[in-house]
Amino acid sequence: MTTSSDQHIWRSQLHGSLVILKKNVLLYYLKPPVLIFGVLFPVFFFLAFKMGRSVSTGGVVPGMVAMALWFTATAIGPLVTPWERRAKTYERLISSPISLRSILAGDVLSGFLFGCVITVIPVILGLFLTDARIANFPLLVGGILMGALSFSSLGILLSAPPAASPSNIMLLSSLVRLPLLFVSGIFVPIGQMPGWAVWVAPLSPLSYTSSLIRAAYGSVPYFPVWLCFLALFIFTSGLFIASCRFHNMYRAKGL
Amino acid sequence: MIEEPAEMESVIKVSGLSRLFEDFTAVDNIDFQVAKGEIFGFLGPNGAGKTTTIRMLTGVIEPTSGFATIQGHDIKKESILSREHIAVVPEQANVYLDLSVWRNIMLMAELYGIPRARRIKEGERLLETLGLLNKRNSKARELSKGLKQRLMLCAALVTDPEVLFLDEPTSGLDVQSARLIRKIVMELNAAGLTVFLTTHNMVEAGDICSRVAIINNGRIAAIDTPEKLRSMTSKRHYVEAVFKDLAPPLEKLKSLPGVIRLESDQRIFRLYTTTPGSVATSLAILTAELGLELDQLKTQKPSLEDVFLYYIEDGGSE
Repeated sequence: MTTSSDQHIWRSQLHGSLVILKKNVLLYYLKPPVLIFGVLFPVFFFLAFKMGRSVSTGGVVPGMVAMALWFTATAIGPLVTPWERRAKTYERLISSPISLRSILAGDVLSGFLFGCVITVIPVILGLFLTDARIANFPLLVGGILMGALSFSSLGILLSAPPAASPSNIMLLSSLVRLPLLFVSGIFVPIGQMPGWAVWVAPLSPLSYTSSLIRAAYGSVPYFPVWLCFLALFIFTSGLFIASCRFHNMYRAKGL
Repeated sequence: MIEEPAEMESVIKVSGLSRLFEDFTAVDNIDFQVAKGEIFGFLGPNGAGKTTTIRMLTGVIEPTSGFATIQGHDIKKESILSREHIAVVPEQANVYLDLSVWRNIMLMAELYGIPRARRIKEGERLLETLGLLNKRNSKARELSKGLKQRLMLCAALVTDPEVLFLDEPTSGLDVQSARLIRKIVMELNAAGLTVFLTTHNMVEAGDICSRVAIINNGRIAAIDTPEKLRSMTSKRHYVEAVFKDLAPPLEKLKSLPGVIRLESDQRIFRLYTTTPGSVATSLAILTAELGLELDQLKTQKPSLEDVFLYYIEDGGSE
């Protein structure tokens, strides 16, 4: 049974997360590292994959959508905390009556929203400029939403180590994000990848998201749909819990 | 010497609070209370544990051991509730440089859940009070250090705190900003705000603090009103003399009865003593006997800076 004090705390924490989201939208969505790592990277990867190869344009749309979501939703998390630590605004946030968990939830929502909004662009471009057709719209929406949540949570986890400069964390995040991109069925469906990659693929949340998005565009998913959603739920929860633990562990470092 | 008023409504209670960083003890088993409506000064040299104490009380870091409450809320078990009552103005103005002055203020008010109508009204009032009205739409990065510190104070006060933590609020500021901040803090205190102030500025602490604590090497060396601390450090009383032309030989001054120590910069002579009245008399007689003339002679209680040095350098031993 929750008391009125518990309800007050829940309400204030939820409100706090939304204020953090608003702050991040105002401050970080247009920062150069976000635009470079979140928007330009997927475009260049798409061009590198597509140019000079006999792949139908429509055939690469699901991969492009998944890749855009991957880069955009993971772009905000690694930036916010290191940036705030350097600007000394982090101390101000954690001395406000908002728990660290609520602050991180706000950060997750920021990456989630950024990822979802930017990912709409390749979806629309794919519909108008290619022969790709969405076979299951709710599945596409569900895949994007769940994928964005898990990717954003990963981004928050990557920002936990205290770093002298935000660029160190961006480097770390690239070291994690780029290898996972190649073993998650973005450029080549998982079933057609080499044996070792097929074994590694289930360890990446991107594999389940790309599987869901391919299914939404009418392909046969590599993983069952229910398993994709379950895995993404587990990834989101696990990554967020780990983020809270590590951010709390490093709370006092580098202030 | 730890002295607490017997009857006071404590807003902050600290008991046995310690913080270790690996094998370094930054704060070592400190106890104190801050009464409602006090300006409580927390003085100490660099690295004494002032900022660590503030960070523990404001929930930034957890204590290693000990207990503290703010408005009755345990800072560990009810951290969020305890933080609802406080606002912090750190030494280094940590405003969001890419946000406007107004957005910075509103952001803090929103984080504390201040209703929209109230935060707008209070924000506008504070902008005017702190002389930032014409900077309302300027980005915080365009402000000088003094104006940034005023903005920090605005952002803290808009949350309507009951306890205001000020960490070196006037350090390195221009005279105008420092005076304005001091004036506003005193006005707010007169209206009931409790203030926890760390400062290196002994004149400021002596002028505005109801009580001060001196912390050294993580331990509280003394707590009392500035006036009582000054009168208790008897070895820091002194007689100050300025002579017209020639001064008596230093050996003669040192050998006057009751003189503990002599300081001189060739013009001004300070004779430290526990009996300033009799030393002043002896000095006047000696000067007359030597056919010399005094230009100025006065007895002085120690300043808060003298008290501070007494506890920090001499360990508070008479």
